[in-house]
Amino acid sequence: MTKRTNTSYWIAFSIVLALLIIAPLVLPEFWRRFLTEILIWGLLAMSSDILIGYTGMISFGHSAFFGLGMYGAAAALLMFSPPNLWLALAFGLVASALIALFVAYFSTRLRDIYFAITTLIFSQIFYVIVFTWTEVTGGENGLNFPRPRLAIPGLFSVPFTSETMHWFVLAVVTASYLILRRVTRSPFGMVLQSIRENEPRTRAIGYPVERYKIVAVMLSGLFAGLAGVLYAVQNRFAAPDFIFFLVSGETVIFNVMGGIGTLVGPIVGAGFFLLMREFLSRLFGDQFPYLIPLGVVFIVMIIFLPQGLLGFARRWLNR
Amino acid sequence: MELTAILYSIPWDQILIQTINGIVTGMILALIASGLTLIFGIMDVVNFAHGELFMLGAYIGVIVLATTGNFWLALLIATLVVALLGAAIQIVTLRPLLGRDPLTTILATFGVSLILQNYALWQFGPVARKIQEPFTGHFTLFYLEYPWYRLVIAGLSAAIIGGFWLFLKHGKYGIWIRATTQDRVMAQAMGIPVPWVHTAAFAIGAGMAAASGVLFGPLVGVNHTMGLDWVLKAFIVVVVGGMGNLGGSIAAAIFISLLEAYAAIWVSPAQAVIVSFIVLILTLLFRPTGLFVPTPK
Repeated sequence: MTKRTNTSYWIAFSIVLALLIIAPLVLPEFWRRFLTEILIWGLLAMSSDILIGYTGMISFGHSAFFGLGMYGAAAALLMFSPPNLWLALAFGLVASALIALFVAYFSTRLRDIYFAITTLIFSQIFYVIVFTWTEVTGGENGLNFPRPRLAIPGLFSVPFTSETMHWFVLAVVTASYLILRRVTRSPFGMVLQSIRENEPRTRAIGYPVERYKIVAVMLSGLFAGLAGVLYAVQNRFAAPDFIFFLVSGETVIFNVMGGIGTLVGPIVGAGFFLLMREFLSRLFGDQFPYLIPLGVVFIVMIIFLPQGLLGFARRWLNR
Repeated sequence: MELTAILYSIPWDQILIQTINGIVTGMILALIASGLTLIFGIMDVVNFAHGELFMLGAYIGVIVLATTGNFWLALLIATLVVALLGAAIQIVTLRPLLGRDPLTTILATFGVSLILQNYALWQFGPVARKIQEPFTGHFTLFYLEYPWYRLVIAGLSAAIIGGFWLFLKHGKYGIWIRATTQDRVMAQAMGIPVPWVHTAAFAIGAGMAAASGVLFGPLVGVNHTMGLDWVLKAFIVVVVGGMGNLGGSIAAAIFISLLEAYAAIWVSPAQAVIVSFIVLILTLLFRPTGLFVPTPK
């Protein structure tokens, strides 16, 4: 039984992956970029699922990790000439990991609502710093930088096109998914889920809950930073708006819409949200306040479909 | 450096001005935060949409003021309309979530805040509106012409909070609210209509937010993002003051506003916000139950 569902899982995984690989070859330019963007936002949402879905902590501060990943990448791309993709990745990841360590150290001492508020406040602190420190961060205008080449030293070096960009993002997101999936099924992930289900009991068994939570926040922040780097490389700019807490709020919305605790759910949620937004603004024009109907859908889903779009498949996905 | 030199180097006049400013914003913040803390205390709901109710109150104030020209009428109507809206929001979005994980209510009210904020942007546009002060007297304070209106706001906020406190202490429904806060199940067993008490408490909190929006409107422009800044500050106040603790919230509101006002002497107001963030983080680390509550035994 387990073996067969496992096989069916990997078959489904391969089909979806194959479709995503072929997609840029058949889709027109606009939708190609759109799909890439869904994958990037999906990675951000997936990273926060580690906290929301698996550890039971709602982070309202993921924009900080995402934004600092962007600015880290921006620093590398502006400092080194010619811009180097791998340095951008390294800088972005280091920046987001440091921030995540700092935030995790303070915020994990608190639970539930207090954790949500603390992470929110931390992201606003970074927002204020980035926004007002104009000499370094460009302030409100943000930073523009050139896009690096897709290169592996000594092997090849090609400029990014929208197809290779998509494949690169897809490769990173797929790898992140497989890593996170492995992590959630590891003994470490089991402890996180045990914290979600019953924190005092987990502590009573003898697990250092605080340390597990700090690692969970850092892991989550690291992958959020990775999403930030990808976004920076794709769009060639970094702006303080991405640190503002509305981005964190959208991340939470992606999670709830797609289904928390499934890892792929958040990507589906991001896709659903962005497609709805695109659809609404095509139907009613650019000025249409798309967040009003999406907010209504969000609330209706919280009340009537708390498991999210992929909630029905949660057990199967986590098998 | 000699002591006198140090004393002379302190800008006493600025400190006095900022003290008054801090108390005025502190009273407004206390009015917002007491609604928030009432809602949290009674139903464990962190109302993310509180800032948007504040903002909508200010907008309704703008509209009523434009049609009738009477500031006090605007204040009254804005309070009532937003209180009704708050009741509707509670019935539609929060009542179905009663008994679920409290975290889902954060998500639901966050959804409400997105809807209200974008509605305001769509309806009123991005340009800030202005509420005309009901009277424009000034008095001289060092080198400043200080408007009387600011002091009146502080007094009015204090009066509203005081009235609310009396209502909680002595009014029949106030006692119902306090009973429900203390023990929801027991209150239900005693025949108190708990779901309606929740609705009423949410409506009162919403009305208080709207009143502070109208009162504060003349000092800053009214625009669709004004709620965001204030809801964050109100969160900080409510946590620092101790969740669900009215007196603590008021003390924390004034404390934090004073700190921010003093910080604004030396750094830009945008950076002064960081001071309150730091107060919050220190509070959470060392006294997570709140600064202004007795140490739990």
